Amino acid sequence: MLAKLRAQLATADARIRPAGYPVASALAELLPDHGLHPGAAYSLGSAGALLLALLAEPSAEGHWCGVVGMPEFGTEAAQLAGVNLDRLVLVPEPSDQWLGVVAALSEVLPVLAVRPPGRVREADAARLASRLRDRGSVLLVHGDWPRAEARLELADPHWAGLGAGFGHLGAREVLVRGFSRRLAGERVARLLLPDGAGRLAVARPVVEEPIGLEAVG
Amino acid sequence: MTSLLDAPGVPDTRTSRSLALWFPSWPVTAWAQATGEDASAPVAVVAANQVTACSPAAASEGVAIGQRRREAQSRCPDLVVVPADEATSAREFELVVGCVERLSPGVQVLTPGCCVLAARGLASYLGSEAEAAETLLEAVVTGTGVVSGRAGVADGVFAAVQAAHLARGVRIVPPGESAAFLAPLPVSRLGDEQLTTLLPRLGVRTLGQFAALPSTAVAERFGSQRLRLQVLASGGDPNRVNGRTPPPELTTKLDFEPPLELAEQISFAAREGVEGFIAGLATAGLACTEVVIELTGELDEVVIRSWQTPFTFDAAAVLDRLRWQLQASAGSGLRSRVTGLRLTPATVDEQANHVTGLFGTGPDERVHHVLTRVQSMLGPDGVLTSRIGGGRWLAERQQLVAWGERPARSTPSRPPWPGMVPEPLPATVFAEPYPVALLTHSGMPVALNPRGALVGDPVTFAASGTTQPVIGWAGPWPVDERFWDDARHRRAARFQVVAGDGSAWLLLLDEHGWWAEGRYD
Repeated sequence: MLAKLRAQLATADARIRPAGYPVASALAELLPDHGLHPGAAYSLGSAGALLLALLAEPSAEGHWCGVVGMPEFGTEAAQLAGVNLDRLVLVPEPSDQWLGVVAALSEVLPVLAVRPPGRVREADAARLASRLRDRGSVLLVHGDWPRAEARLELADPHWAGLGAGFGHLGAREVLVRGFSRRLAGERVARLLLPDGAGRLAVARPVVEEPIGLEAVG
Repeated sequence: MTSLLDAPGVPDTRTSRSLALWFPSWPVTAWAQATGEDASAPVAVVAANQVTACSPAAASEGVAIGQRRREAQSRCPDLVVVPADEATSAREFELVVGCVERLSPGVQVLTPGCCVLAARGLASYLGSEAEAAETLLEAVVTGTGVVSGRAGVADGVFAAVQAAHLARGVRIVPPGESAAFLAPLPVSRLGDEQLTTLLPRLGVRTLGQFAALPSTAVAERFGSQRLRLQVLASGGDPNRVNGRTPPPELTTKLDFEPPLELAEQISFAAREGVEGFIAGLATAGLACTEVVIELTGELDEVVIRSWQTPFTFDAAAVLDRLRWQLQASAGSGLRSRVTGLRLTPATVDEQANHVTGLFGTGPDERVHHVLTRVQSMLGPDGVLTSRIGGGRWLAERQQLVAWGERPARSTPSRPPWPGMVPEPLPATVFAEPYPVALLTHSGMPVALNPRGALVGDPVTFAASGTTQPVIGWAGPWPVDERFWDDARHRRAARFQVVAGDGSAWLLLLDEHGWWAEGRYD
């Protein structure tokens, strides 16, 4: 009986709220629900290519994105990653009003990236969380966040293309680790973040193909 | 059309007395009025490399309309060459028309520099046509300081304009004598390129000779549309002065007596005026998307700024802009209390294009409202949008524009920009130079010799207090741009470095040392 009511509630809820914001399939594996859940906060270990990869899919779908408190956000790299700059709003220096700014922006921007200037108090986070749930926005936090839905971190980066005095930076092969209180253990994926064109790609394991010798002439 | 064919060359009884005001080489005068420069110097206005107008001083040196710019400059070496600007011409002429309209309504602007009005009303009021023409010219001189004006009065608009062209001051062609007045003028006066070149070759040199041709022959040889020109040449101008309705005054000026100091006081005092300004626009059926706010201080200092919005200004939005401008200019531009405020709608549009739909105009307008609210919390430059422009430096390429402002015109971002770093680009771009150090084996900073070659290989990388080994690097990639411009000349060498912890950096070495331009993270 209870299960039936829960299912009914879930379908009613799903009708009101969007199912979630899309995420590149390589990253979706690491997240609970395989996407960005409306009203949830995600904590990121780095604000660079990982954040751009998370913004790219919702932006390509036509959602507005906001970036708060990151004065050195590289918008050209964002464009390469697939973020639509026409629907990207930057608030580089919100200073001590960042909570108010994020709360206001969450009314209209469905995906918000933020770097809090210091430690976030539990009470502030809870207040913002209820606001986010109400509006159905997603918060991507660079740094720690109390009761984040999931946390993504980068580890073991390897850059290709650069030698000792020659070449230029190409793709970065990196291990992305996802933790979530809703998933047991950690999930990992080896990705190219960014690949040679600045986007996200799955790292293909290098398979040594035997060189077939062929008699000629 | 048949009536014209029946009776060509016979002055139309409907032609009315017209008064034309003509200001020779108006583009030059407009330029001088707008910039405050001296129009008595040799000046030429040039469009598409051809002289389109020149001042009398330039004309006396041999500069003529239609010359190429280089030829004009060779005739008159100290010629001031000004690019043609039709907007300025029209705007400055609007002031002249304003002076005329104060005395007589129903002015028709033919081109910037030439306008006509019906002569009858003003002439009967002032006594004579000559008196009316002189009064108008005087009004223009006192109103705008333009002294080059000439006036002509004749039957019909065409004859009046020709009279003004020939006038030294005022020229009156008595009623019924327009045909005789026009007869000796060259056919080039008709302003028709084909007739100007063709008629003299056929032996027809004056308007009188042209008017005397059989109209059927003219229609046959030049087409029926040129019959109209023949009627003009015969002094029977069928056109009447088509006076305009003066545009409504949309600019609002407020004076504060006594002068006000605090931004809150000024916004409060201006509220009613701003509401009136918006209401005036609404009555004219216009929506304003750009407004110019001009603040005057007690010491006669003026602070002008133009504000734009992606939607339309309402009173609250204008008051916001006013407050921002007051805050931004406090101390720097405005040094005293504010005595006056002037609001000018710089860009207006039909209100019909901006009406909100019955169910709203979608989510973007909500975005605008919220972003405007955040702007009122943080100031106008607190909320930015970005677009990619041209340039070789990452920070220069990503142009940030305050929400609602129009981006400045910029160089295109697409190649070629030789010297730009290859993709992928750093996700972190330092707006301020971020000091780092790249050291050789012996602990000395890596340097370049005068030929741009590397002295010592990078071994250690230090940033924000931590030191790491270098595991990969490339460079130097020299960038040397705008060597012809001392102020904007910039010369540096770029390096890419991967440090021991796997972080990758885009570094710069210039005359001041090592900086990080961006970080690949």
